[in-house]
Amino acid sequence: MKRREEWSLSKILNNREKKMVIAVASGKGGTGKTTIAINLALSLGNVHFLDCDVEEPNAHIFLKPEITHAEWVNIPVPKVNEDRCTYCGKCAEVCAYNAIAVIKEKVLLFSELCHGCGGCSLLCPEDAIEEIDRPIGILEKGKANSILFTHGKLNLGEALAVPLVRAVKRASPEINPNNSQAISNNQVTIIDVPPGTSCPVIESVKKSDFCLLVTEPTPFGLNDLILAVETLRKLRIPFGVVINRADVGDKKTDEYCEREKIPILMRIPMDRDIAMAYSQGIPMIEVKPEYKKEFLNLYKKMEELTGG
Amino acid sequence: MKQIVVISGKGGTGKSVITASFASLAKNKVMADCDVDAADLHLLLHPAIKETHQFSGGKTAFIDQERCTQCGKCQEVCRFEAIANFIVDPIYCEGCGVCFHICPEKAIEMTDSPSGKWFISETKYGPFVHAKLGIAEENSGKLVTLVRQNAKSIAEKERKDFVIIDGPPGIGCPVIASLGGIDIALIVTEPTLSGIHDLERIVGVAHHFGIKSLICINKYDLNLILTQEIEKYCLGNDIELVGKIPFDISVTEALVRGLPIVEYSNNQVTEEIKNLWKKILIIFKKDISH
Repeated sequence: MKRREEWSLSKILNNREKKMVIAVASGKGGTGKTTIAINLALSLGNVHFLDCDVEEPNAHIFLKPEITHAEWVNIPVPKVNEDRCTYCGKCAEVCAYNAIAVIKEKVLLFSELCHGCGGCSLLCPEDAIEEIDRPIGILEKGKANSILFTHGKLNLGEALAVPLVRAVKRASPEINPNNSQAISNNQVTIIDVPPGTSCPVIESVKKSDFCLLVTEPTPFGLNDLILAVETLRKLRIPFGVVINRADVGDKKTDEYCEREKIPILMRIPMDRDIAMAYSQGIPMIEVKPEYKKEFLNLYKKMEELTGG
Repeated sequence: MKQIVVISGKGGTGKSVITASFASLAKNKVMADCDVDAADLHLLLHPAIKETHQFSGGKTAFIDQERCTQCGKCQEVCRFEAIANFIVDPIYCEGCGVCFHICPEKAIEMTDSPSGKWFISETKYGPFVHAKLGIAEENSGKLVTLVRQNAKSIAEKERKDFVIIDGPPGIGCPVIASLGGIDIALIVTEPTLSGIHDLERIVGVAHHFGIKSLICINKYDLNLILTQEIEKYCLGNDIELVGKIPFDISVTEALVRGLPIVEYSNNQVTEEIKNLWKKILIIFKKDISH
């Protein structure tokens, strides 16, 4: 009986026209973003999963996708044609990131500082700068049963995560309608977002229809939740909260959400079985199948909140 | 003077809890919080702010609508999708200035973007340098560098023995800024497959920059098999395992009360963190005598 109910619910959910892009973020690290994202994906099935935490991607540990495609992600960096260069210094002058210095008859390039804006090559009066690709990480695509999977892995020692996040997001046709390679299966997209509130987070959540903020009811969790809320308000993305380990800590997160009229969409208590499964890379709905219905309900609530 | 940073790769492994305990245990030091976009250490150190400084990490383009002839050049050259309908979205603008240089009407101005604040504070544990990155701002790496420079100069001026730094999660730009010129990186991990995966990456980054790493396993008893895996990894990679801290709910209780765990409880967790700090002191001493 229960099964049929779940089945019909997921059928209704899969019959919509435009599919939602859902980002799962948190501010504070280690609150359970990946847990929520992968279990939501597994409960819904037939989704496109994007792991945008390119610095420390973890979703593949749980989803175990079969990787069928891998490619380098590059950023364009300058290469100076010394035959044409007159050492006028224009490139160094326009570079906002101090990635080029011109000293006497020598151009010094600091490619690791380059953001790939293309200014130097565009503005060089001698047309002496071409752009060459510098790899910053790897993009991998694959499949885990009905889940299409994409993630990025930033090279160790590489500072710039944003271009790789951008590449991961381009893999979704719901986000990038120009992506002719990706076949739009009319799928929900679920994005696993890195912790924090700075540039890689913005790039990850941008263009989402809804953002789930996963928190824990501790002073650290609340402090970082407030920062994440301010960020999403600035980006004008609707959001709701999932409280993980909901029975530890204090009541201040609840009070804050009530005061700010932020919907609390799901609560998961502290549970040693879930923690143990997590440690072994096992999705929680495998050890606690009763949560599958809760994740489907979570999706339904998000749909209602976005006016679906 | 020695600088130690607590990092983890994976978020939420217990960096700030351990750093705050070091604040309580270490003598004659300056504290710094380099997790500038989700700073938490102040919740345990309770700083009294003495100085507040504005931080402007970069520039943002602004289009003067009176001068703009809507030729569209700026939109064409912007690689960050920051200009639409002849208006710059400051959230996406990376301040490269290409639009400013290319605009034939000189209708674009590069303005300073106020992207955060940083503070010098007094705490009962000594001076504390911390920051708050503006909401949805970039350049966290530069702000981290600023926090570190100030913590270091206070330490030099006041003849402190240590700068103890709470680092950010991840391996990208703020982490790299946290690692420059560091004497020891204490990497806090947990016995989960995710924790181990992220540990290997952050160890790789520390190694890439030639930083000496030490490893501490937090909540080690949550999965003893994976704890053994980490122990093997440490042995195999010649990295010293300096601590194994058990899981205990008292850590959350101390957090709720705004206290470093070592000041809240006398349990095993506190014992282990005290031992951890003792071991780090011995390693520092060895380094000095070499």
